[in-house]
Amino acid sequence: MTALLIIIPVVLLVGLMALGAFMWSLRAGQYEDMDGAAQRILDDSADEHPPT
Amino acid sequence: MSCCAPGIEAANELADKGQAKIDNESLIAASIDLNAGRRQLELAVPDVHCAACMLSIERELGKLEPVELGRVNLSTKRVKVIWQTRSDFEPTELVNAVNRAGYRSLLLEAEDETAKDKTFAQLVRALAVAGFAAMNIMLFSISIWAGADASTRDLFHWISALIAIPAVAFAGQHFFRSAFAAIKVGRLNMDVPISLAVILALGLSIFETANSGEYAYFDASVTLLFFLLIGRTLDHLMRERARSAVRNLASLAPRGAIQYLADGSRYFIKLNQIEVGMQLDVAAGDRIPVDGIVAHGNGEIDLSLVTGESAPEPIEKGSLLLAGATNLSGSITMIVSKPAHESFLARMVEMMEAAEGARAGYKRIADRAAEIYAPAVHLLALATFLGWGLYNGDWHQALVTAIAVLIITCPCALALAVPIAHVVAAGRLFERGVMMRDGAALERLAEIDHVAFDKTGTLTEGKPRFVGMIDGQGAALEKAVQLSRLSNHPFSKALADAHKDVAPIRFEQVTEVAGQGVEANSGGDVWRLGRAIFCAVKDAGEDGLSRVYLSKNGQHVGSFEFEDQLRPEVPALMQRLKLIIKGISLLSGDRKAPVQLVAKQLGLHDVYWGLTPEEKLAQLTALEAAQHRVLMVGDGINDAPSLKAAYVSMAPSSAADVGRNAADFVLGRNKLDQIPFALLLARRAANVVRQNFGLAIAYNMVAIPLAIMGFATPLVAAIAMSSSSVLVTLNALRLRLDKKERNVAAELSPEQEVMPAQ
Repeated sequence: MTALLIIIPVVLLVGLMALGAFMWSLRAGQYEDMDGAAQRILDDSADEHPPT
Repeated sequence: MSCCAPGIEAANELADKGQAKIDNESLIAASIDLNAGRRQLELAVPDVHCAACMLSIERELGKLEPVELGRVNLSTKRVKVIWQTRSDFEPTELVNAVNRAGYRSLLLEAEDETAKDKTFAQLVRALAVAGFAAMNIMLFSISIWAGADASTRDLFHWISALIAIPAVAFAGQHFFRSAFAAIKVGRLNMDVPISLAVILALGLSIFETANSGEYAYFDASVTLLFFLLIGRTLDHLMRERARSAVRNLASLAPRGAIQYLADGSRYFIKLNQIEVGMQLDVAAGDRIPVDGIVAHGNGEIDLSLVTGESAPEPIEKGSLLLAGATNLSGSITMIVSKPAHESFLARMVEMMEAAEGARAGYKRIADRAAEIYAPAVHLLALATFLGWGLYNGDWHQALVTAIAVLIITCPCALALAVPIAHVVAAGRLFERGVMMRDGAALERLAEIDHVAFDKTGTLTEGKPRFVGMIDGQGAALEKAVQLSRLSNHPFSKALADAHKDVAPIRFEQVTEVAGQGVEANSGGDVWRLGRAIFCAVKDAGEDGLSRVYLSKNGQHVGSFEFEDQLRPEVPALMQRLKLIIKGISLLSGDRKAPVQLVAKQLGLHDVYWGLTPEEKLAQLTALEAAQHRVLMVGDGINDAPSLKAAYVSMAPSSAADVGRNAADFVLGRNKLDQIPFALLLARRAANVVRQNFGLAIAYNMVAIPLAIMGFATPLVAAIAMSSSSVLVTLNALRLRLDKKERNVAAELSPEQEVMPAQ
């Protein structure tokens, strides 16, 4: 039972962090141009920061 | 990889056709004012396909000092530019920069971006939240089903409740709003039983949890939302993709006109600034912006988009000009006779708005199903409640069972049955360059039993092709070809294209008489190539072909025939279409002779010519009155009302803007031969939808008795609902398989390969 009390909050926290990360990436426009992002990695000088 | 999205190639064709003249004013008009003098502009760049393309464009744009941001989006094939407005900076520099990088750019109409992506972003966010909640709650549910003891179970129920309540409140908004809106106007849609089941499942679970009950349905309510949101999001994505591809076909012509003032100066003015009595300049190759009268100059106009007339029409001082026609030769000055909102084009738009006949009454199959389904399950739940209550007097258990019935009959599979099939079908159509506006159009397309075609620009290419010389010697043909190279007239171009091998010679004193022909001296002789009057010949009359004559020193030496060429894929298309569809009509605004010629070539019998837009509409209405479901295929401004009124409509991507916007399907790359494929796919999709409904109902036949008897534990509900959803999705994915289609194709025409793979 004590193990559960530790594990459950940890699991939920990790899940929430993943959700938060997804929301952030969505807001930051990382899904605006999936094809372009795949191509841009080929360019060394490319700007990794998507426009706001 | 989608390096060549279909809509974009169609835009290439457009760009090749028109002379894209983008000027400062139209660029400013198409851009959005951000703040503090910053403007944002989006241009379509149809040719980008690789990392180097993007970089070279971005580098060229970056070299311009006022540009703050220039970024290419490879998925949408657009470039977004934000720049600081300055007096010494002309926006055309942006277009030039893209050109310097080696790419063409097309102007997109300004669009409010904030409104555009809002729904999609909301859906994706809701999907993410529902997914997170579903996974975590399922984690607890599985432990409970595996046999957790009572205290652990209660703890897990409470944690599940903590996750489920905010998740449902957030992710369910989309359904709750839609259900509320439907109930408010006294209708039922699929969202009503969905919302009810989700909310009741949640409410019951909270109640049970508070009373340390054994069963809670938190997982059911959240996974339900998750599955449905996947369907909704894909559906939205599909429509958005088609819409964006259609928008990339944007007009090249600036939405305005060049005003000509009495002092000789010229200004660009917007369409809505044009007033009656103004003088406008229309250069060769430009569209006529509004209705008017020729004040100065003469030449020829191409009315193929306006009336369907395939032969160019000569104009002179005093001739009437209709908005949408193209000025072919020589610049003219026109006097505006009607303001933009009363022009021919505007009248067509008005007719379109009034015309929404057959399809306005169409109700989507999912909504029809919901109208039967929702009352049925709600009555069933009520009966269960009353039945159990009266049977053993345990009203609490009766309520629990009734709610369990509602949860298990929640139309998860039913609500997925339609959108999933449509998404898969739309994906297949998109691969072949057919852009579908929405799922309802696909449902209607499956019911089609009659097809009506426009002629000029739809079945034909809308430009002349040289057929042959009817009288005269071989030397006359040679001379005509040499003369034709001096002119840009469509007939001359067709003649020159047909005989590229003729050796060039020198002509002197070349003059082109707009609307008449071309005259030149060679070796002391005066040669003329052009209309009958110009060459002093009597016109041979009307047999569907247009003629051009050649004269030497006023003596007739040869005549040449031209026809409006059929698109190359059209004969094969007709052959195949006749096997699928019984009724095919040709509704044309062109003259009798050319229409009959095309009808004879294609073996069509139900043929009408010289139709005004009103008459076309009347023909369609007559067909529909005879209980036909009509697919209208057309491209012109004169077709727009018919396109809107028909049960389903398609337009080639070369169509006039208003026609393209009225059509349910846009055929990218101008590929008319995809029509049979689209028809067959629509029918298959309709079949899949029916099968999916069948599956969902079969599932309910098993699940409902269990639920009524009170055996619907959360475990049973979770398994039943997930498996039925997966089943309908897999069934819809069958639309991606080609097996059945190949059989159909083989039956249709065994000897030739049908619908070649791309």
